[in-house]
Amino acid sequence: MTPVIPITLPRSLLLIALVLLALFPLTGSTFYIQLGAKILIMAIFALSLDLLVGHTGLVSFGHAAYFGLAAYALALISPKYEAANVWLTLPLAMGIAAFAALVIGFFVLRTTGVYFIMVTLAFAQMLYSVFHDTRLGGGSDGLYIYVRPELTIAGFKPLDLESPLQFYYFVLILLILVYGLLKRILHAPFGRALAGIRLNEQRMRSIGFPIFGYKLGVFVIAGALAGLAGYLAACQFGFVNPDILAWQQSGTALMMVILGGMGRLHGAVLGALAYVLLQEILSAPAIVGSFAKHWQLAMGSLIVVIALVFPRGIGGIFDIALRRQSYRHPNANSVNRK
Amino acid sequence: MFYLIQLLNAVQYGLLLFLLSSGLTLIFGIMGVINLAHGSFYMVGAYLAYWLAKLTGNFWLAIPIGTVITLGIGGLLETTIIRRLYRRDHLYQVLITFGLILIFEELRSILFGNDVHGVTIPAGLNYSIPFTDTLSYPVYRLFVTAVCLITAALLYWVIYKTRVGMMIRAGNSNREIAASLGVNVPLLFAWVFAAGTALAGFAGAVAAPISSVFPGMGNQILIICFVVVVIGGIGSINGAMIASLAIGLADTLGKVIAAEYSAIAVYLVMALILLWRPQGIANRA
Repeated sequence: MTPVIPITLPRSLLLIALVLLALFPLTGSTFYIQLGAKILIMAIFALSLDLLVGHTGLVSFGHAAYFGLAAYALALISPKYEAANVWLTLPLAMGIAAFAALVIGFFVLRTTGVYFIMVTLAFAQMLYSVFHDTRLGGGSDGLYIYVRPELTIAGFKPLDLESPLQFYYFVLILLILVYGLLKRILHAPFGRALAGIRLNEQRMRSIGFPIFGYKLGVFVIAGALAGLAGYLAACQFGFVNPDILAWQQSGTALMMVILGGMGRLHGAVLGALAYVLLQEILSAPAIVGSFAKHWQLAMGSLIVVIALVFPRGIGGIFDIALRRQSYRHPNANSVNRK
Repeated sequence: MFYLIQLLNAVQYGLLLFLLSSGLTLIFGIMGVINLAHGSFYMVGAYLAYWLAKLTGNFWLAIPIGTVITLGIGGLLETTIIRRLYRRDHLYQVLITFGLILIFEELRSILFGNDVHGVTIPAGLNYSIPFTDTLSYPVYRLFVTAVCLITAALLYWVIYKTRVGMMIRAGNSNREIAASLGVNVPLLFAWVFAAGTALAGFAGAVAAPISSVFPGMGNQILIICFVVVVIGGIGSINGAMIASLAIGLADTLGKVIAAEYSAIAVYLVMALILLWRPQGIANRA
């Protein structure tokens, strides 16, 4: 299945991808810039889930909970007609998501395998019903965020998040930071321990690794990063409702991870790209006609076919080329780092 | 009197959950497949009951026909898709059955629209037993309780007293050895899956007059069933029974004490059980 050492793209390819992403807004209209930002946000979300599913072997089916909690956090703490401060609200929203992951992780990480899938789903659904049934977050109608948060450094505003173009670059910078952070984590001893847990938990335990601590740690990191994605999504769309932490959202995230090829950082990004584009195409009346209203039918069928026929996803296509390279230099990764 | 009524409701809801979760837990215990689409069969059963009752004008005809149709759909799905999942990772099982949910929900939306539809209670059972001047209890709920009890008893009898049940239990504890002793495993799997889905469809049909039929009804109850399976322990019929009744009670009590937060009560019970016995009450660690 997924390789022990995470397959990463060579720098040249990453650089090309980066240039393409940075130049993308020059080509499109506002609509495409917003679509691009949505893809980048979903990429952060998929990356955070892949950290659990692909790298640690923890199949969480409740990842939308942390995404949604951070989104709600922004909506609840934003002043009504003024811009909130990014420096204040972003860490707070991510902190809330991380704290929820800590508490929920404490319970769910006692289980493994299929129990884990069901229990993560159940806890996420508990949060869903809290927001859906009570007036805490506006009930099933949700809440609006009228003004996007403001990014200021000592009175100076480097990026105006109200502008779709500048918001796109804000999200792109954060995606690069998350990508770099995850690459760092996965190549550090902590990340190798996670791979060990995925491959053989019993052995890791008998060697003396505190498995529960490692799992809880990675669960909290993944929760915080999902929170980052949720915060950005709330910024972009300007409203939150219980659907953003419903299980369909968790399923979507899993789909992106599989579609892109799990256990590969670039896979999660490709998966988000492919999924959002597919959804746009399948739900566009201009392309599929009156069937657009029922896009979930086509999406459901696609999910079934892809999961049955291409379990390695799009990212798997790159593997052969990348493997060949690593045969030439068995320690290519570690040499590069020094 | 008020508490007696709540208790009756709790038992009725718990037994209904048992019909659903026993199928879910057996499918997982025997085939190792986590079937998210199980709730969809509950929905299919309910919508079939609604549609057939309108078509034939007879609810009593709608229940058996609907159940047979869900049995057929279950068998068809097993032979075309689910069969390919037995050796696959849980992740792919989750994803594929998640895809199936989307398909079922969208088909429901195309065929029946997104409105809530009521199903009329059949004529003979459409009255209530008065307890006091203000409190009474609908007979149909008692009927559902009785039907669920009979079905549960039948299920116990099949699993613990018949040859087929013996094979199911053998498959549940060790697939390979059961196969080497001459059990036709692919056939057994197909029947267990189809029977599990038929049970879910039957539960949906019987419950339709109480709950009415609405979009997403299958998903809502599926997650509660997951909680039941987690608490009861995977593969355990006894565990599913105890857990179903416990959840029925927790949900009803929650609704009485704090209606807005009633959904949380169920999950709190699960969290406590996870602390105490992560493998479920019926399974030893």
